[in-house]
Amino acid sequence: MSATLKYQEKELKLVGTRPLRPDGVDKVTGRARFGADYNLPGQLIGKVLRSPHALARIKSIDTSAALALPGVKAVVTRDDFAEMPDEMAAVGELMINFRDVTRNMMAREKVLYDGHPLAAVAATGESVARAALALIKVEYEVLPHAIDVVEAMKPGAPLLHEHQYTQGVKPKPDRPSNVAKRLEFGHGDIAAGFRQAEVIVEREFNTKPVHQGYIEPQACLASYSADGQAELWTSTQGHFVFRAQCAKVLQMDVSKIRVTPTEIGGGFGGKNNIYNEALAIALSRKSGHPVKMVMTREEVFSSTGPTSGANVKVKLGCTRDGKITAAEAELNFQAGAFPGSSVNQASMCAFTRYDLANVRIVGHDVTVNRPKVAAYRAPGAPIAVFGVESVIDEMAKKLGIDPIEFRLRNAAKEGTQTYYGPKLGPIGYIQTLEAARAHPHYRAPLGPNQGRGVATGFWFNIGNETTCSLNLQEDGTLTLMLGTIDVAGGSRASMAMMVAEELGIEFDRVRPFVGDTASLGFNFLTAGSRGTFASGMASVIAARQVIEKLRQRVAKIREVPLEAVAWKDGHARPVDATVAQFAPMSLPEIARMAGKTGGTIAGHAEINAQGAGPGFGTHIVDVEVDKETGAVKILRYTVVQDVGKAIHPAYVEGQLQGGAVQGIGWALNEEYVYGEDGVLQNPGFLDYRIPVASDLPFIDTVIVEVPNPNHPYGVRGCGEVPIIAPMAAIANAIENAIGLRLCEQPLSPPRVLKAIDEAAAARR
Amino acid sequence: MSRNHVSATVNGDQVEFLCETGQTLLEALRDELRLTGTKEGCGTGDCGACSVIVDGRLVCACLMLAVEAEGKAIQTIEGMATGETLHPLQRKFIEHAALQCGICTPGILIAARSLLERNPNPTEDEVRYWLAGNLCRCTGYHKIVDAVLDAAREMRGG
Ligand code: FES
Ligand code: FES
Repeated sequence: MSATLKYQEKELKLVGTRPLRPDGVDKVTGRARFGADYNLPGQLIGKVLRSPHALARIKSIDTSAALALPGVKAVVTRDDFAEMPDEMAAVGELMINFRDVTRNMMAREKVLYDGHPLAAVAATGESVARAALALIKVEYEVLPHAIDVVEAMKPGAPLLHEHQYTQGVKPKPDRPSNVAKRLEFGHGDIAAGFRQAEVIVEREFNTKPVHQGYIEPQACLASYSADGQAELWTSTQGHFVFRAQCAKVLQMDVSKIRVTPTEIGGGFGGKNNIYNEALAIALSRKSGHPVKMVMTREEVFSSTGPTSGANVKVKLGCTRDGKITAAEAELNFQAGAFPGSSVNQASMCAFTRYDLANVRIVGHDVTVNRPKVAAYRAPGAPIAVFGVESVIDEMAKKLGIDPIEFRLRNAAKEGTQTYYGPKLGPIGYIQTLEAARAHPHYRAPLGPNQGRGVATGFWFNIGNETTCSLNLQEDGTLTLMLGTIDVAGGSRASMAMMVAEELGIEFDRVRPFVGDTASLGFNFLTAGSRGTFASGMASVIAARQVIEKLRQRVAKIREVPLEAVAWKDGHARPVDATVAQFAPMSLPEIARMAGKTGGTIAGHAEINAQGAGPGFGTHIVDVEVDKETGAVKILRYTVVQDVGKAIHPAYVEGQLQGGAVQGIGWALNEEYVYGEDGVLQNPGFLDYRIPVASDLPFIDTVIVEVPNPNHPYGVRGCGEVPIIAPMAAIANAIENAIGLRLCEQPLSPPRVLKAIDEAAAARR
Repeated sequence: MSRNHVSATVNGDQVEFLCETGQTLLEALRDELRLTGTKEGCGTGDCGACSVIVDGRLVCACLMLAVEAEGKAIQTIEGMATGETLHPLQRKFIEHAALQCGICTPGILIAARSLLERNPNPTEDEVRYWLAGNLCRCTGYHKIVDAVLDAAREMRGG
């Protein structure tokens, strides 16, 4: 069923309060089980041999010595996996190129990045498995490689894929290229728009890949039985999608693989795709033992998807009174070893905070010798917005208009025609700008070398396939089986709150949990900030079904017409005394009699949730720049965001704070550093520095609630928007502090110092 | 490969286990004793997910060899609550929503308890610097710092 449930304003008892999360006690006592915490009797340990080269042809792989080592039970290489066609195949609504999936999982003709898997072994213990890897002999023909996106786009650059011709250009090019795709978005007349402009700002930006940086490395445990059934426990954002990918590359029936999601120790988009899962099942199939595979941190950095690094050009035209007449951008995104960067989403998010008549965006998806990128929280948007919001800020300054006022003059609102398709519905962008302007933070005094920056973000939010089951148990409590992973934001709590609100019962009467792939039908990934929106809608549908059935049972028991039975505050009651009179029945009473009145009561929803509401946010940041060291300190930070409705405000605040801090890390420190040899030089938390507690102040949050008309409680989704604005906000604050516009991320001490020194040299 | 015999005290209980010479205390706790509450985020001493207390000192279990645990008293997250009763820090972490995914939580709780044992009345800055060795990617630390300060307040009896 394609579903939307319309928003209804009503008095709320539970939604909007802060009950304690159902996964809390297990997580503070060490009892919660994450990917690496699962074990089976007789399990082997699986390990992966990885490429030390950025690009090389594989001449041969000899595993005989490894196999001969006592304790080694199985080895798999490219020969153990079937060739897949080069085409986009549907997994639910998701389109996946399985030729690329198989090759990323296990190199075939060539290794395409430092860290690319070549072989996997299963052995009786970790040390044996490691010893076995050292015995595998691989002959390489090392080739020149391409790391930089601009270099990789040039004709004659070292080529990753001989069969790759740039899509989206006509006529079809006559030679292959690292540019997998060219795309274009826009509307209006860009040339005319720039002719109308009285002021033009044009800038070029460069960003480095950054990693999602979840603290739990990927981990899984697989058990393949002689009857051809497999079980898999894994840390994933989408157990159904993982099952689909494993089934395809292992050529198994989907229903013969049962995936149980473990608690997930962070994902942020990085656990949307399989890495070791199919290898673990293949090793289990070959060895006859369960196989456990846990990545090291180094493997996580070198071989799982960071987000793209990019080259971004932005040009903006404006009238003197602050009306944007033309907006143009070129986005060149690193895809990593296989096509499929987030340049598409980045293009759509670049300018969609503004109501613009003339827009043109050209994007390129470029393969380079780096790990295949994965989604990272609002994929692509922060990169494009770093450029665009920096230019917006510069334009406001040139025009002498307050940066929030300048944004307000051009702000997108209900009815704004986007340049990528839809007209925007009711949105809260203007409300976030106004709330930011009214916030005391915006007027607080600043000291020397301190500056304030503002930037804004937009993200679509999505719906997609979602299922759930709500079972009324015999004592009147309920279990809510969800098909979407709680990626840790607390969505299980939010779903249980909505169900309890519908039923008019206490929060702790509903026990939410995530079902395995055999217990529910297909669910899309937990991605696109869809969890509380889509699974919330499904849960409400299931709750309303249960209420309907409860009313039917009571009508039968009390021998009154169905219309005479109302459901209120956890009880079936007469609609009003003139229609019928009967003693109210509570949920436990009805549950206890369910056997006699027709059997167990349950609600189910299988929907494709429609009508996700776009989210907008405005961030304010104060920084202090140390001119001696180039270090930038975050003094104060405020996130203002329209979330539609905060089901559980504390967990929404957590999303806004966590997202903003990831954005701060992206802005100030995080980057992949490759050597001339194409080898990653900082695959660890020591040299890849994510924010720590002492880097940060408290992160203030202001929740704006403009209900999404297409959700029963008005939910939009909130997890991704907060990471979009920080990079630009911080760059704008640095400019405000020291008068220098920095266009290279990260804005790390060496870069800031270099800019300060260059400016001083230019003045001399 | 011959294995080493180690006896130690873990959360007050006498335990014995066998380990390879190169195995870390973290591996021994997780793989030999099946105490999986202590987490591995990096294995190189950079994330604090493996924080445990050894003879009163806060250490990264991934940086200590299992054989070095001989005769030592080790405290892990599994020993933090008293029966059904959560430690005030554990309770405050849930109340303040100071955990999301929870993978960093055991390490942070162990580290925070060791702070409050030394300094029952820390400032915000002292909490932030003490926890600087414990990475959390989900929360932005705001609610963690709040929870530690609030637990300290409660434990001081105010
Ligand atoms: S696992 Fe020990 S510090 Fe990260
Ligand atoms: S709660 Fe996820 S890393 Fe801290």
